[in-house]
Amino acid sequence: MTPAERMAVAFARVLRGAALKVPTDSVLAFVEALGTLGVEQRADVYWAGRATLVRHPEDIALYDTAFAAFWDEMRDAPVPVDREQVDLAADLADDSDNDDGDDDDVAGDRPERPTVALRWSTAEVLRHKDFATYTETELRDAQLLMQELRFIGPPRRSYRLRPDRRGRRPDLRATMRASLRAAGEPIDRRWREPGDRLRRLVLLLDISGSMEPYARAMLRFAHAAVSGRQKVEAFAIGTRLTRMTKELESRDPDTALARAGTRVHDWSGGTRLGECLRTFNDQWGVRGMARGAIVVILSDGWDRGDPELLAEQMRRLRRVSHQVVWVNPLKVTPGYAPLARGMAAALPFVDDFVEGHSLAAMQELARVIADNRSRDRRRTPK
Amino acid sequence: MAVMPISPADVASALTMHGYIPDDGLATAVYLSMTLRRPLLLEGEAGVGKTEVAKVLSRWTGGELIRLQCYEGIDVSQAVYDWDYGRQLLHLRAAEATGESRSLTTSALEAQLYQEQFLLQRALLQAVSHQGDVAPVLLIDEIDRADDEFEAYLLEVLSEYAITVPELGRFAATRPPLVVLTSNRTRDVHDALKRRCLYHWVQHPDFEREVQIVRLRVPQVLDRLARQVAAAAETMRSLNLYKPPGVAETIDWAQALAALGRSDIDEHVVEATLGAVLKYREDQDRVRQHGVATLVRHALERGAVG
Repeated sequence: MTPAERMAVAFARVLRGAALKVPTDSVLAFVEALGTLGVEQRADVYWAGRATLVRHPEDIALYDTAFAAFWDEMRDAPVPVDREQVDLAADLADDSDNDDGDDDDVAGDRPERPTVALRWSTAEVLRHKDFATYTETELRDAQLLMQELRFIGPPRRSYRLRPDRRGRRPDLRATMRASLRAAGEPIDRRWREPGDRLRRLVLLLDISGSMEPYARAMLRFAHAAVSGRQKVEAFAIGTRLTRMTKELESRDPDTALARAGTRVHDWSGGTRLGECLRTFNDQWGVRGMARGAIVVILSDGWDRGDPELLAEQMRRLRRVSHQVVWVNPLKVTPGYAPLARGMAAALPFVDDFVEGHSLAAMQELARVIADNRSRDRRRTPK
Repeated sequence: MAVMPISPADVASALTMHGYIPDDGLATAVYLSMTLRRPLLLEGEAGVGKTEVAKVLSRWTGGELIRLQCYEGIDVSQAVYDWDYGRQLLHLRAAEATGESRSLTTSALEAQLYQEQFLLQRALLQAVSHQGDVAPVLLIDEIDRADDEFEAYLLEVLSEYAITVPELGRFAATRPPLVVLTSNRTRDVHDALKRRCLYHWVQHPDFEREVQIVRLRVPQVLDRLARQVAAAAETMRSLNLYKPPGVAETIDWAQALAALGRSDIDEHVVEATLGAVLKYREDQDRVRQHGVATLVRHALERGAVG
C-alpha cells in the first residue's frame, strides 16, 4: 500500500467510527486526491478529505473533530482517540441512506397487505377513541387503519409538458413524426399540456411533554403518510428542530419509529415553537421546501417562547406555503378555547384548524388537505 | 493550450489574477477538480459567489463558458438537444415539391430528417461535443431547482462525458469539460450525484478576504471605504437576519456608495442605500433596531485599523 492508501483507509475507518457515512468510491477519490496533493501537509490532507468525503454541511463539524483526532494520533501514535469524541460520535445520529437493500428485505418478509383484517367493531371503537387512552396493541391496530389514509392535496400545475389530445400547445416532435406518413403534410397535429404534480406535504410534529401521548400516534401517522406518498417531509419540534424524513422513509413502521426515536433527542421536553419554526423557515422552508406546499403542524400550541416570534414565523410560513393546517388534539376538550399563548398567536395565520385526537379526526384532516376551499378563502381579502 | 495547475496555491493565485479570491478550501477543491477530472459541486448561501467560480475558471483557462440554468420541469429538449422541427417540415415540403420524396422510401426520407444539420444543441450536448483546443467550462447552475428525474440523467452524462442521440449515435467529449454545479440547497441533491462530484461548502469570506474582494471587484473604491463596507456587512451577518448579505450584496453596496461619490459611510448614506444590501423589510427593520449609528461607528473603527 502506498502512504496515501494507508492514510485514506485509516482515516475512513475513523470517520465511520464517528458515524459518518463513507462509501468506498469516496475513499478511492480521497486516495486519488492525496496522490496529487501529498500526505505531508495537514491543510492538504484536510481539504482533500473535505472535498471528497464530506457531502453535507452538517457533517463538517464532525469531520473536523475526527480529522483533528486522526491527525494528532498520526503524529504521535500511542495517544488513543479521545474517549469523549467517541461518545459524541455515538450521540450524533447516522444520517444514512435508507434506500439501501436492508429495508427492502425487511419489508419483503412482511405480507403486502395486513392479513388480519380488523373486525369492524374494533375499527369502530378505535375510530373515536382518544389517542391518549390507546394501549400498545390498539396503537398497532390503528396503524392498519391509518394506512388507508392518503393525504393527497390538490395538485398544482407542473412545468413539464405531456402529450394531451385536448392540449393547446403544439407538440412539434410528435407532429413531425406523424407528418412523415403524409409526405410532410402536417395533417395530424399533436398537442401537449402541462401535467399535474402533487404538492409537497410538510409535517411539523410537536413532541413536547404535553403532546407525548399524541406524539406517538402522530409519528405513526407521519409514517403512514411518508411511505404512502412521494413527497413528504417530516420534522420534529421540541426544544429544537430535527429532520426525520430520512428516518421515516423505511417501509417498516417499527424500524422507522425506532430510528426516528434515536434521531430525536428531546422527546417530552418543552417546546420552543417559535424558535423551531424559525429554524425551519431559515434552513428549509422559505428556501424552497415550504413553497407551494401543504404544511401540517401538529401541536397543542403550548409554547415556552415569545409569542411575537411565533406569530412572525407563522406569517413567513404562510406567505410561502399553499395551505397551513394546524392540528390540535386538545381542540376536542369541552370548553377548550385556544388560550395557549402560542396557539392564540399562531391562529390568525392558520388556514384550517382541526382536531387530531382520534382516527376519525385524522380522517377529517385528510379531507381538509384534499379540499381546496381553504385556499380559495385565502384569496378573498378579509 | 490547456492550463494545468501544479498546486492549490497555483490555482489560488491564478483565480486572484482573474478577479476571484478563493480561500484555501476552494482553491484545493478546484485544483482537485481539474487534476482528477471530476465535477465540482458548490453549495452555500445565495450570494457567496458560487456561480462566479465557473466564470473565473472560464476566464482563466480560456475555455468557453457553457451555462445551463436549471429550473423546475427542465427536460432533455431544453438541456441536451432538440430537433429543429420547422426546418424539418420545410425540408419535407421541399422534397415533396421537387418530387424527390416519391422516389424515396419513408425510412430513407426519415433518415434525411434526423441529421446533424437539423439538430439543435443545448448546453449539455454543446459541452460534450465541443471541438477546440481548450476544454469548455460547463456551469450547471442551481441544480436543486431541477427535479430528480433530471438529476438522474445528469449523473449519467457526468460519469461518461458522453451523450447518445438515438437517431444519430453517440457524442463523446474529446476534452472533458470542467464541470461546476451549484446548489442553494433548497432541497438535498441526491447522494449518488454528490458522490460523483467533489464537494465544497462555500462560506461567507472572513473580513480581510472580503476587503480584498471588494477592492478587486470595485477598484474605484478606496481601501478605507472597502474596509468600512466589509465591517458593516460582517456586523449585519451577526444580527440573525433572514437573508444575511452575501459577497454579491457587499459588492453591490460598495458600487452604490462609489456611484454616490462617498469615501466614508455615515448614518445618512447607510439609511439611503440599505436596499442595496438587505432585500427584506424585516431585515432592514432589524438593522434599524440594532442602530444604524452603532453600525456605522463600529464600521468606522474597524475601517481605520490597518
